[in-house]
Amino acid sequence: MSVATRRPLSIRFLATSFLMLWLIMAAFPFLWTLWGSFKVEGDFFSKADWANSIFGTLTQVETGGSFTDDGYYGAWVQEEFWRAAFNTAIVCICVVTISLTCGTLAGYALSRSTYRYAFWLLLFALIFRAMPPITLVSGYLLPFFEWNLWGHLSTTIIVLVAINQPFTLWMLHSFFKNIPKDLDESAMVDGCTRFQAFRHVIIPVMWPGVITTGLFSFLLAYNDFAVTSMLLAKENHTMVPKIASFLGTTQTKGNVMFAVAAVVSVTAPLFVMILFFQRQIVSGLTAGAVKG
Amino acid sequence: MKHSTFFWFVFPSVLLMIAFIALPIVSVVTQSLYSKHEQVIIVVENCGPFGCTQSTTVDQAATEALRAEEPLGKWAGLDIYKDRNHLAVNEVASAWVNSDGLPDFGRTLMNLPFYSAMAFTLTYTAVVTPLTIILGFFIAIAVNSVARRLRGPTIFFSLLPMIVTPLVGSLILFWMVDARGILGTGLQWLTNDPSLSVKASTPLMWAMLMVYGVWHSAPFAFIVYYAGLQTVNTDTLEAAMIDGASRWERIRYVVIPHLVPLTTFIALIQLMDNFRVFEPIVSFAAAAHATSLSYAIFNDLGGETRLLSSAAATSVLTIIFVAILLSPVLVRTWRDFGTQK
Repeated sequence: MSVATRRPLSIRFLATSFLMLWLIMAAFPFLWTLWGSFKVEGDFFSKADWANSIFGTLTQVETGGSFTDDGYYGAWVQEEFWRAAFNTAIVCICVVTISLTCGTLAGYALSRSTYRYAFWLLLFALIFRAMPPITLVSGYLLPFFEWNLWGHLSTTIIVLVAINQPFTLWMLHSFFKNIPKDLDESAMVDGCTRFQAFRHVIIPVMWPGVITTGLFSFLLAYNDFAVTSMLLAKENHTMVPKIASFLGTTQTKGNVMFAVAAVVSVTAPLFVMILFFQRQIVSGLTAGAVKG
Repeated sequence: MKHSTFFWFVFPSVLLMIAFIALPIVSVVTQSLYSKHEQVIIVVENCGPFGCTQSTTVDQAATEALRAEEPLGKWAGLDIYKDRNHLAVNEVASAWVNSDGLPDFGRTLMNLPFYSAMAFTLTYTAVVTPLTIILGFFIAIAVNSVARRLRGPTIFFSLLPMIVTPLVGSLILFWMVDARGILGTGLQWLTNDPSLSVKASTPLMWAMLMVYGVWHSAPFAFIVYYAGLQTVNTDTLEAAMIDGASRWERIRYVVIPHLVPLTTFIALIQLMDNFRVFEPIVSFAAAAHATSLSYAIFNDLGGETRLLSSAAATSVLTIIFVAILLSPVLVRTWRDFGTQK
């Protein structure tokens, strides 16, 4: 950075302290909950002295150690959270695979078509993207009850894929636009059909965009509450609705710590995901905006 | 691309969207025009030694049969829209006549479920969207002016509130502002009021939900602005500097105009997302103080008696609002496309 553009000390100090404040706001709640999840409820919600939650005074009294895994044991084993985790894994894997398969095909076609209907399709996708999912859920329930589709994982997977499509389309459309047209057109001059050109020329170079889009499809499926809580039978619940049901049943039993442990368990994979895919997430967030 | 090739490429995706987004909208509209069959009541005459008495009982079997035969229920027209839980036409009309002054009228409206949900949703959208944009902008400016080493970790931690499941993120905050949690205790200490509880106070609950909203979506604005800041034209910046523009003037006249298109994009996404505010209300158990349109639908759908028609009517009203909210953007996109050609 040249001398002329270097910021004066006061501004740098101001910027750094503002940033520190924001970082504390962003990270502290997670660290606090992670730390607290290994304590007993009396320490996590400490009326007497907030320092208890750091040193675990009551935890020592009740369990003998400063840390306890009672919350995790209660959630994962006693309340069978592992079942929900297993369901979440199935839902996420299926949603990501199916929505990427449909999305890449359609996104590619949209980026290569010059007709007006391609634009209309994108516009409709934008309108669909704006629909709150819960309004659609109220449209599903009656038909699903009538046709006995309600409660199954497979129904939820298809619904999540569909809700995910508008976003996937927009994102992949903008990624495919950046792959030069000459690439697949020269393949077609050499005698490939459109699909062969897609298969042999586009697929090998599309992975960065597809991985980014896949991350966001995964997040949508993983984070969804409206659809999964309404369309899944209780024994098929994924992790997020399971946590919500903990709140209803365990708050009275004094087992808030189950919910705390479950919350930490849900956050952990996301944490790892950001750690490894930070670059892709950032590029995905800005794909629509910066490239236009 | 040929029409037929295009058709086969987009077919699976379009089929999914028609079956699970377009048709449900039709289904919602239809359901909102029907109401559940009432229970079949039969009048039984019991005659004993002291004369006859008439008693009414519910014919369970007939009710079941009727409901199974016509699951949609019976035609209700616009009645559901007009009832107390939705537009409450009669209640509003009488309140308009009887109330003294607008504030009183407003209070009556806030007691009607649909209008209070509407009020919260609109306030939430109107407050959270600009605050998100402003906070995101300042974080981006700050990150841009600190040492390069700090940028990676900053982006990492900033992504957390946004990526983490909304239900989970809001629960984490909720536990902290609980009267026994660290922030709740801190608030009590600050205000010197040991009975202060966010859970018990409507204004505090609204404020807390909005704080959560900004916390959750500021990272998005930050990331987009940060990417935008990397592409600011340095020649223009240097030219402005040579012409004697101060630091603030450079931000005001070079950087901000460069970021305006991004702001439109962020505002659009945020409007759509904030309007569907839902999970924090579940996590904060805030239904007594604040409900949103999405929460009203969720509440109707859940529970033992699924009020499908009522939920459908609220959904239709929500969809209409989304359409109104989105119309300027749609008109603009359409016009832009026209000029591109």
